[in-house]
Amino acid sequence: MTEHFPPHSRRKSKYTPRTVPESKVATSAMIASLDSEGRDTIAAPFGNALIELAKTRDDIVGLSADLSKYTDLHVFANAYPDRFYQMGMAEQVMISAAAGLAREGFTPFATTYAVFASRRAYDFICMAIAEENLPVKICCALPGLTTGYGPSHQATEDLAIMRGMPNLTVLDPCDAIDTMQATKVIADHPGPVYMRLLRGQVPNVLGAYDYQFKLGKAQMIHDGSDVLFIASGFMTMRVLDAAKALAKDGVSCAVLHSPTIKPLDAETITAEAAKGGRLVVTAENHSVTGGLGEAVAATLMRAGVHVPFRQIGLPDEFLDAGALPTLHQQYGLTVDAVCQSVKSWVAQ
Amino acid sequence: MTDAAAVSRPNVSLAQRAWAIRRNALLMGEVQGQGYIGQALGAADLLAVSYFHALTYRPNDPEWEGRDRFYLSIGHYAIALYSALIEAGVLPEGEIPTYGMDDSRMPMSGMAAYTPGMEITGGSLGHGLGIAVGAAMGLKRKGNPAFVYNLMSDGELGEGSTWEAVMSAVQWKLDNLICLVDFNDQQADGKTTDALASGPQAPQWEAFGWHAQEVDGNDLDALVSAFDTARHLKEAKPRVIICRTKMCKGVPFLEEREMAHFVRVEPEEWAKALAILDEGKPV
Ligand SMILES: Cc1ncc(C[n+]2csc(CCOP(=O)(O)OP(=O)(O)O)c2C)c(N)n1
Ligand SMILES: [Mg+2]
Repeated sequence: MTEHFPPHSRRKSKYTPRTVPESKVATSAMIASLDSEGRDTIAAPFGNALIELAKTRDDIVGLSADLSKYTDLHVFANAYPDRFYQMGMAEQVMISAAAGLAREGFTPFATTYAVFASRRAYDFICMAIAEENLPVKICCALPGLTTGYGPSHQATEDLAIMRGMPNLTVLDPCDAIDTMQATKVIADHPGPVYMRLLRGQVPNVLGAYDYQFKLGKAQMIHDGSDVLFIASGFMTMRVLDAAKALAKDGVSCAVLHSPTIKPLDAETITAEAAKGGRLVVTAENHSVTGGLGEAVAATLMRAGVHVPFRQIGLPDEFLDAGALPTLHQQYGLTVDAVCQSVKSWVAQ
Repeated sequence: MTDAAAVSRPNVSLAQRAWAIRRNALLMGEVQGQGYIGQALGAADLLAVSYFHALTYRPNDPEWEGRDRFYLSIGHYAIALYSALIEAGVLPEGEIPTYGMDDSRMPMSGMAAYTPGMEITGGSLGHGLGIAVGAAMGLKRKGNPAFVYNLMSDGELGEGSTWEAVMSAVQWKLDNLICLVDFNDQQADGKTTDALASGPQAPQWEAFGWHAQEVDGNDLDALVSAFDTARHLKEAKPRVIICRTKMCKGVPFLEEREMAHFVRVEPEEWAKALAILDEGKPV
């Protein structure tokens, strides 16, 4: 077998002996919450929002493919045991069964990891749910690069996969506030939804702003004149921090948060970009192929808005395993890395 | 038996091998302060029998064409397989402190590109048996008499892909395929027998056309005899050995802990577990 090393990989040959490192950085377990980075956090925002919903709506049911504890659906399962279906580790039948429940008038929330919904269960979501426009809500933990376990658990292309599916609404919320509000909104949405989840102790960032999640809307969180960040998921947190740091260096950055990846808010994005004078920088916890960045680029091109454009995202590669902070640094998702990239682009 | 050069210490018993595998796993768990230690301790005996009784391989040449293939479908059991590969001399003991660290050859989830002796990239569960079917077909095509072993978990019995592979192996009469199921009655959210694998196990495989055995997966003698039966069977059928294992086997205070997919081990307990294991070292 030939060994294959993608350009951004730091992996050495498996036949090269290793020495013991001086400083030890442990791999983040997949059960760990996203590093809260010293912020306020809210516990299990998705599961708790679902409990709130279930109080007034008998149609809400939950399903998991052996990952309720790891998607925060377990808190709903504890509160409403008779409305929870443990489907075992069988993603395909979980999705098919969710479709069947929806046909019988229920609003199923089905959970697994993002890789397993998007890769293994794709055809089942596509034909059993999306083609019939059934109101199944597929909510998935470990989006993008949120585990150091390697490609089997890193959903670096889930948005690309899901964006390709007609009828499906695709969401990438930023934090606990966004997740809680989005959970309630999608329960009322008549069609199918794929939503990325952060689980465990989830940072509360948007609570500090005058923000309310609106389906299909991108919202300006922070305005600025040199750079227009268009971001989703936890990268909105990172670019908000980057905007603060860059302001000290005299670079004024706007942050437009676009948690709805599909249908993309073309109107707001086009209008903001068309104001001109700003470098447009998309930022996403996802491959640069097929996610928010390319969706924004195509939207701007279609609208005839020609502006300088850069993408922050993961390379189109299978990523390395390792500790999450190391990997975020290596692949350019840290606040520092964002600042450095932006400074070099602004200087060009 | 193993290839001539395979085992540098030929007089070491299987009990000693299993003990050493458990010890390596605890040392690695201590490095990360976490890990699938319950699984590694539970599977140590079946790995000892695999690597020190059944498999043919060359420690210094993990890609040797004549080797029996050993597929770890369950990527999260990597800690267990690394422990066996270290004992087998495929991986150096000196790298134990790198387990799960950046730049390590032993990442938390098993991947072919990282580790000599790790044949496939596992972790997305339900893949191993299907790949093993193809490899067994390929070996037959090449006239290579090697076996393909696939180690899977009871949780993987829930995946539809497993049963597609089960039927495929029968269709192609894969008598060179041996599937090992670590049946520890545990999966991520709870007991496997509360989920999809509640029924009788061996009869289910037999009904599909497999030769099935069900053994105490922590009984070395029972395992040896099951492996021998599977290897020497004349019927043109694939073979499965369902190994009933106990998570955390060999460290009583962990065995008694409430079972979970991630067994909690407090920082100071690693040394305690190692000390208990050392006391029980087989002679
Ligand atoms: C296709 C797939 N679905 C879900 C998971 C997440 N997951 C990792 S381990 C695990 C439990 C599987 O059962 P088993 O291997 O028997 O667990 P253990 O005995 O180690 O507790 C699950 C659901 C996965 N890795 N792959
Ligand atoms: Mg199990």
